[in-house]
Amino acid sequence: MSDTSHYPVWERDPVLTVEHLTMRFGGLVAVNDLSFNVGRGEITALIGPNGAGKTTVFNCVTGFYKPTEGRIVMRHGKAGKADDIAALTRGGRQSATSADGALFLLERMTDFRISHHAKVARTFQNIRLFGGMTTLENLLVAQHNRLMVASGFTIGGIFNLPGYRRAREAAMEKAIGWLRQVNLLHRADDPAADLPYGDQRRLEIARAMCTDPHLLCLDEPAAGLNPRESAELNDLLHYIRRECGTSILLIEHDMGVVMEISDHIVVLDYGVKISDGTAFEVRNDPSVIAAYLGVEDTEVEQVEAVLEAEVQA
Amino acid sequence: MEYFLQQLINGLTLGSIYGLIAIGYTMVYGIIGMINFAHGDIFMVGSFIAMMMIVALGLTASAGLAFLLLALVLVLIVAMVFASVWGWTVERLAYRPLRGSFRLAPLITAIGMSIVLQNFVQVTQGARVKPLPPIVTGGFTLVTGVNGHNAVQISTMQIVIIVTTFLLMTGFSLLISKTRLGRSQRACEQDSKMAALLGVNVDRTISLTFVMGAALAAVAGLMFLLYYGVIDFYIGFLAGVKAFTAAVLGGIGSLPGAMLGGLLIGLIETFWSGYFSVEYKDVAAFSILVIVLIFMPSGLLGRPEVEKV
Amino acid sequence: MADPQASASSNHGAGEQVELENLRSGLSGEPPAISPRRGGAKSQLSASLVDAVVAGALAAALGFFFIGLRSDIAPGGLALTQRWGALVIAVAIVFVGRLLLNLFVYKRRRSAPPKARAPKATTSRGETYARFSKAIAPVLLLVALAFPFLMIWGAPQQSRQYIDLSILILTYVMLGWGLNIVVGLAGLLDLGYVAFYAVGAYSFALLAKYLGLGFWTCLPLAGILAACWGMILGFPVLRLRGDYLAIVTLAFGEIIRVILLNWSNFTGGPNGISGVPKPTLFGYEFKSGAGGVADLLGIHYSPIQRFIFLYYIILVLALLTNFVTLRLRRLPIGRAWEALREDEIACRSLGINTTNTKLTAFATGAMFGGFAGSFFATRQGFISPESFTFLESAIILAIVVLGGLGSQIGVVIASVVMIGGIELLRNLTFLKAIFGPDFDPTQYRMLIFGLAMVVIMVWKPRGLVSSRSPTAIYKRKTRIGADMVAQGEGH
Repeated sequence: MSDTSHYPVWERDPVLTVEHLTMRFGGLVAVNDLSFNVGRGEITALIGPNGAGKTTVFNCVTGFYKPTEGRIVMRHGKAGKADDIAALTRGGRQSATSADGALFLLERMTDFRISHHAKVARTFQNIRLFGGMTTLENLLVAQHNRLMVASGFTIGGIFNLPGYRRAREAAMEKAIGWLRQVNLLHRADDPAADLPYGDQRRLEIARAMCTDPHLLCLDEPAAGLNPRESAELNDLLHYIRRECGTSILLIEHDMGVVMEISDHIVVLDYGVKISDGTAFEVRNDPSVIAAYLGVEDTEVEQVEAVLEAEVQA
Repeated sequence: MEYFLQQLINGLTLGSIYGLIAIGYTMVYGIIGMINFAHGDIFMVGSFIAMMMIVALGLTASAGLAFLLLALVLVLIVAMVFASVWGWTVERLAYRPLRGSFRLAPLITAIGMSIVLQNFVQVTQGARVKPLPPIVTGGFTLVTGVNGHNAVQISTMQIVIIVTTFLLMTGFSLLISKTRLGRSQRACEQDSKMAALLGVNVDRTISLTFVMGAALAAVAGLMFLLYYGVIDFYIGFLAGVKAFTAAVLGGIGSLPGAMLGGLLIGLIETFWSGYFSVEYKDVAAFSILVIVLIFMPSGLLGRPEVEKV
Repeated sequence: MADPQASASSNHGAGEQVELENLRSGLSGEPPAISPRRGGAKSQLSASLVDAVVAGALAAALGFFFIGLRSDIAPGGLALTQRWGALVIAVAIVFVGRLLLNLFVYKRRRSAPPKARAPKATTSRGETYARFSKAIAPVLLLVALAFPFLMIWGAPQQSRQYIDLSILILTYVMLGWGLNIVVGLAGLLDLGYVAFYAVGAYSFALLAKYLGLGFWTCLPLAGILAACWGMILGFPVLRLRGDYLAIVTLAFGEIIRVILLNWSNFTGGPNGISGVPKPTLFGYEFKSGAGGVADLLGIHYSPIQRFIFLYYIILVLALLTNFVTLRLRRLPIGRAWEALREDEIACRSLGINTTNTKLTAFATGAMFGGFAGSFFATRQGFISPESFTFLESAIILAIVVLGGLGSQIGVVIASVVMIGGIELLRNLTFLKAIFGPDFDPTQYRMLIFGLAMVVIMVWKPRGLVSSRSPTAIYKRKTRIGADMVAQGEGH
């Protein structure tokens, strides 16, 4: 066993591993042979110009699209030795549970099973709240599966058995706790559609967190937020990572947010990964600069040549 | 084989009628995304107008074929015009006030309008069936069978129906693809808000869509009347549901799809009646609808819909 | 001050939109075809006149063939009779009606200052409403409980007729509440609900005919069978989008009806099944003579006792439906139904198995339809496929939508208005004095029913009671305005 302690977290202890992910829509290749890791307890950002395929990656990870090719492994706990993954891949099963934790092959699972079993929660680019339900109800819906079991699949619930009553109280408490956390407690009884945009964003994150995810996928959480709201969002994400131990994968355009909070950045362009590393590494990567500023490929090579020359010198 | 050919001819005739009604459904669905439940009843209204025109003109089979065809063209035009007025009014009263409203509201008013039309005709014209003696008679024997068995015949009426449908369909496709009206219509179909911003009169375009659909339904109404020779106030419902099935089968929103779907439904129904059982022919048509929707929700010629996340 | 109409339209601002909305929510929902931009009362009058003339001309065109002429079977085919007088009267009615509408309803609407739309306002109004509905529910319940005795006491002559009518209304209330689960809560548009009604009715009738089972045994069986059918029919179609789901459920409804109609040696075909047993009270029948309920209680037998019994059965069944629905709404399953109506994709992202959730909604709705069906069979004593046409589905759906999706009290109001109101037409015998002895008001029932559907929907597109009450409360109870609540767009 070689010493891997100097490797970054996403190499040593990934919670999510995407390998050779390819997604084609007819003739269009939205994502091409993409591989990257999401480190446990880290904030990973997926960035890239418009149309780079970021949301497609999200939809593949969360099961809304079935990838054309590739493997997406989600790990709970210490599980996830290469042999175990290989064994699971060979077999036809979606997941394997061992004493160390559990392994899930997300590309084999449907959307709601991914959220329910693999514990991957997500938010949406265009916010998808239950607009006609109150803020509180939104957070209760997120705890559906636990409450369903507690209500004895409705039978016990109809008779209001004590087991269900306790679960209901706990669910309320959790929802109220999250509302307090995202500063929305005073709006608990207002319909979600009535909230201002920034509040809706935070509510959607709180709702995703109510499913107790191991991995939280955020699709442009800072889009349309003003600077103060952006700062609040940063705090919230740090809180989630610190207090809940949830790993975060996010898509973001706001470079300020990305550079400030991300431990690890993956850059996509035209469905291909062009860079992968810490904020510092990515910021100085010439191909990233080229992709963002729209430099011709030949120029990229020139820049690279210059850089290489400098390194060698 | 002869039996098969005969069923094929009958099926194509029936399918032409369904196709003509289906166009109205498909156009309206394409442009405002609603099922115009009253469309089948517009077909019925057209059929009644045609019936009364024929009775008023005193047309009988004894008149010469040339005169008869000329008179029928007049009947057709009158029926188209008056049915169009009905179609326009229904849209104006029941759908336009609800434009941009909640999705279920126009569906309910459409069902309400369907009930209104049926009962209006029932109240004013009576509930009894209206039998009309055959007017267009005669036909051609394509295959002479043994002792009159296994003969394959095509009646003049069937030729008239198939030819008229074909002509109308061609003219109609040209109208949609070549004229300004057709362009506005397609623009509204894509994005009615944007079309309005670009100067397309959306309300008028939608009204014209209803008018065209109603006119074609009136044609189908006249054909139905002449082919079956008996109508009542209730014919719109079943014909409407089957025509809608045809529109869905062909891919809703697609005009050639509506025609193709109509022909297929007509053929399925005729062959089912011919080879299996007449009683369950409606079940066959509806089962096709269910199967198509489950396995091919965008129909034969429709655009597939991608789920947007 | 300038004419508010003119200033609103020149602004192209929110005012115009509000004004347009106000216009569109007009009584008959129809803004005048010609809306005068500016000018005094004179040009408005002439514009109204022109508009009314247009409406009259339209009526003349529409009625030309249908009112002006009448086709009847005559020797050798058909013959037409002319009724131009009737056409002239009809056109005159439309002209005058339109003119009056223009002058009084639309004009007033137009000159009223545009109301600002304040979403906050729903709260205070919602609270009054909540208090009102809290007060009204027990009153309604008491009235419903005492109704048969009130009738016997107040109107002994017509009591039987009125109790029968209220049984009919309650049946529709129950069906409406059942369908409300599917359409109102889960947002699944079901146009074939009558299929489950039919399954319930036929289950009971067939079980009674072939196995000799009684009403009380068959009632739960009919519900379970209907629920199973709900699952079987629901499973393949539930991934369809809203409108497609509607049309497929319609098709299923028709398929079941056609099968019932043609499977003669099992279902009796068009002749139906007669002699469906009456419900018993703990095994005692409602009959005269020894062994009947009247005999047992030592009172004089009267046929009305059976009606009262039926009334209470359907009342209990309807209240059970209501109770279960209200209870389910507060449970995770009910909340998931509503979430599904709001946003299916978000539901899936939260780990909710949407197929199962839809199926439970479908099956629960179907079950109550089945109960109502077996009640219908026992009440009529005879069933045939005629009772289960698409029209029946349309009526039930209309009750749900007109009442306001998801609103329990709305269903009651809509049932009373639509079913009760229409049935009351039978009593309008005084109209014969006006229109002559041939005039039969019942003939116009469905015509008026259809018109009422259109008018109510245009007047209130979200139904009569359109706000939603939350299922979980942190501090204060609010009502959520209809403009926020989704109707289940499919996707």
